[in-house]
Amino acid sequence: MIARIRAAHRVTGMAQGGMTENNDPLVRFESVQKSYDGETLVVKDLNLDVARGEFLTMLGPSGSGKTTCLMMLAGFEPATHGEIYLDNAPINNVPPHKRGIGMVFQNYALFPHMTVAENLAFPLEVRKAPKSEIEARVKKALDMVQLGTFGNRRPAQLSGGQQQRVAVARALVFDPVLVLMDEPLGALDKQLREQMQYEIKHIHENLGVTVVYVTHDQSEALTMSNRVAVFNDGVIQQLAPPDVLYERPDNAFVAQFIGENNTLVGDIKEVNGDNVTVDVNGSIITALNVNTEGVGSKTTLSIRPERVAVNPSNEGDYQNVFKAKVEELIYLGDHIRTRASVCGDDEFVVKIANASALAAINEGTEVTFGWKAEDCRALDA
Amino acid sequence: MSEQLTTVDGRPLKAALASAERSKRIRAVLLVMPLFIFIFFSFLYPIALMLYRSVENPLIAQHMPETVAVLEDWDGNEVPGEEAFAALAKDLVVARESREIGKVATRLNFETPGLRSVITGSARSAGKWEPPYKEKFIDRRKEWGELATWATIKRLSPTITSVNYLAAVDRQYSVDGEIQMIGEDYQIYVDLFLRTLWMSVVVTVSCLILGFPIAYMLASLPLRHSNLLMILVLLPFWTSLLVRTTSWIVLLQTQGVLNDIMVWTGIIDDAQRIQLIFNAQGTVIAMTQILLPFMVLPLYSVMKTIPPSYLRAAESLGAHRFLAFWRIYVPNTLPGVGAGCLLVFILAIGYYITPALVGGQDGQMISNMIAFHMQKSLNWGLAAALGGILLVGVIILYWLYNKLVGIDRLKLG
Repeated sequence: MIARIRAAHRVTGMAQGGMTENNDPLVRFESVQKSYDGETLVVKDLNLDVARGEFLTMLGPSGSGKTTCLMMLAGFEPATHGEIYLDNAPINNVPPHKRGIGMVFQNYALFPHMTVAENLAFPLEVRKAPKSEIEARVKKALDMVQLGTFGNRRPAQLSGGQQQRVAVARALVFDPVLVLMDEPLGALDKQLREQMQYEIKHIHENLGVTVVYVTHDQSEALTMSNRVAVFNDGVIQQLAPPDVLYERPDNAFVAQFIGENNTLVGDIKEVNGDNVTVDVNGSIITALNVNTEGVGSKTTLSIRPERVAVNPSNEGDYQNVFKAKVEELIYLGDHIRTRASVCGDDEFVVKIANASALAAINEGTEVTFGWKAEDCRALDA
Repeated sequence: MSEQLTTVDGRPLKAALASAERSKRIRAVLLVMPLFIFIFFSFLYPIALMLYRSVENPLIAQHMPETVAVLEDWDGNEVPGEEAFAALAKDLVVARESREIGKVATRLNFETPGLRSVITGSARSAGKWEPPYKEKFIDRRKEWGELATWATIKRLSPTITSVNYLAAVDRQYSVDGEIQMIGEDYQIYVDLFLRTLWMSVVVTVSCLILGFPIAYMLASLPLRHSNLLMILVLLPFWTSLLVRTTSWIVLLQTQGVLNDIMVWTGIIDDAQRIQLIFNAQGTVIAMTQILLPFMVLPLYSVMKTIPPSYLRAAESLGAHRFLAFWRIYVPNTLPGVGAGCLLVFILAIGYYITPALVGGQDGQMISNMIAFHMQKSLNWGLAAALGGILLVGVIILYWLYNKLVGIDRLKLG
C-alpha cells in the first residue's frame, strides 16, 4: 500500500519542484521546541511541513538545531513541546522502531559483524518477511547501488563510498515513505562526495521517496534539494528552493551562509518605492529594500561577487559606481578572485573570469566597480 | 627477478639496508634487554625449573647407588637375592652416616606410604649386622620380603621419572609395572582438578552475568557519572586482598551480618542459619567479587568503542530495543566477553588465598594442594607436576581461544 501511495505522489509531486502548497504534507512539525538542560532552547518554535516526494535539506552551522530536529523526527529525542505528525498521525509517542522511517547515519552505522547482504536483510528479518522475498529485495537493493557482487563482504572490506551506498540501500530496502540522512557524505573526500550527491539525488528521483537531509555543507544542499531550510540558533531563517535562497536571501545570515557574499554595513537615509538609499562610510549606495526597519536604522547590504561589473563600459546601466583599489589577487584557474577596498571596506571580493581582458589587472591599481540596485539587497543589521 | 638489486655504488641492496638499519635494531634490542633479563630470571627460568623438578628424581640414584645397580637386572618376579640385600645394607649405612637417610625414606614414603619407618628402622640396625643380610632384613621388617617394596625402589631408580605426573592424576605403577588407579581412599587430585574447573566456570559465568550490565552502564553514561562508577569498580583493586576476603567472612558466617538480617526479617529460623562460608559457595562468592574488575574492564573498553549509532540504526530499521541490543550490540561485545572470561577463568583456576581462607573443606582448589605439597609435605616433585598440569591446561585454553576467536581480537583495555 505504501508503495502505491508513493507511486501516486511521484507522478503528481515531483515535476512541480516547489511543493509547499501541497495541503497534505507527509511530515509536519507544529510549534516544536526542544531543550536538553531546561535552561536553553536548542530548537525554538519550529513549524515545518515536508511535502510527499520532496527532498528537503536542513542546512546550518553546527549547534543550530538541525540534527536535533532530525533526531526528534526519527524518534531518538523526545520533543519538549509541540507535536510532530507523520502522515497526519501524531508520532510523539511512537517508538523509533514503529515509525518506519529509514535513516542513513553520519558514519553509516553498518553492523560490522554482518555481511553486506545480512545488513540489508536485517530490517526485513525483523519485519518477519518470508525468506524468498528477503533475498529478492536484498538483491534489488544491491543492484540499485551498483554493489550486486558485494553481498558476501563485510563492511570493513568496503571503501568509504561503497559503505555509504550500502547504508543508503539499507535505509531504503524496506520501502519506507520517509528517509532521513544525517550528514551522510561528511566522511568522504571531495570528489567522491560530489559523485555521491548525484547518486543520492538520482535514487530520490527514481524512487520518489521523501528525503529529509541534514548537512552543514551549503553546496551539497543547493545541489540536491527541492527546498532548503536554513537553520541558525534554533530557528529556521529561510525556507526556500535553492535558487531563491541564493538569489533572494531574506536576511543577512542566509546571505552570508549561502555562497560567497560581500557585506557592507550602513545607515538608511531615504526610502523611495522598492529602493533605499544607504550611507556606507560616506558613500551613498542605492539598494533593494528587502528587510529593513525604515529611515535611520542600520542595514546590511549583500552583493554577490559575480554581480559586480569591473570597469564597466556602460556606467549608466549601474545605479552604483565606485572607485576601488585592488588589494590582492588569488589565481584560481577558471577565475581570479580579486580582493579590493571600496566604500571603506577592504574585504570586498569580486570574481574576474580568466577569459576576460580584465584578467591582466595588477595589485595596487585603481579600477571601477559597478552594480545594480536590484543586485544589492538591504537586509537586517 | 634474477638480477640482484644494488645501490648506486654497487653494493647489494639487502646488505646496504641491513647496515643502514643496524644501529636502530641494536638500540631496540638494548631497550628491551632489561625487561627480557627480568622476565627470564623471574619467570621463564623458574617455570623451566619447576617443570624439570616435576620429572627429576635424583635422590634414590644418588644415595642408593649399589642397590640401584643390582636391581637393574632384577626381573621383578620374586624377591631379589642376597646380592641385593648386601648392596642395600651398604647403601643404608652410608646414607645414615651422611645423614641423607631421612630424604630417601621420605621419597620412598611418598610412593608407598609406610616405607619411611621401614627404611629408617632397617638403616639403624644394618650397621650392626654381618652378612648374610637377607634373613635379617626380612626379620627386622617383613616388607623386605614383599615384591612391592623392591618394585618401588626399582621404579624410583631412574633419574627421570613420570611418577609425579601419575600421582597427580591419582595413578601409580602396579608391582608388575602397569599403570593403575591408586586405592579409592587416596584418590583426591582428579576430583580436585574437576572441582577447580567447575568452580572456575561458575565464578567466570557469575562475573559475566554481574559484569556485563555494569560495563554497559559505564560505557553508556556520560563521562562524569561513569568516572565515579569506574572508581567504585576499581576500589577493590586498592584494597588488600586479605581485607576483602576476611570481610566476606564477617558478612557470610553463620553469626554474620547476612544471616542476622535473614533471621531478623524472619526469612529463616534462628536454628536454621545457613552455612554460607567455609565451603564451595563461600569461595565462589568471594572470588566472584574479587575477580569482577577483570571482567568489567575488558568489557568496558570494548563497549566504549561501539558507536551508539549502531543501536539507533537497528531501531530505525524496525528492531525493538531489546532485539537491537541482542542482535547488534551483544555480538559486537564478544571480543571483550572472550577477553574477560579468559582472564577471569585463568586467574580463577590458579587462585590460592581466597579458597585457603574461606574454602573450608569442600572449597579447596588445586592451588591449595600445590601449596600444601610445597610447604607441609615437601613433596616438591608432586607440587611441580600439579602445577605443570595447570600450566598445560591454561595454555590449551589460550590456544582454543586463539583458534575460536583469534588472539588479535583480545582487548584488555
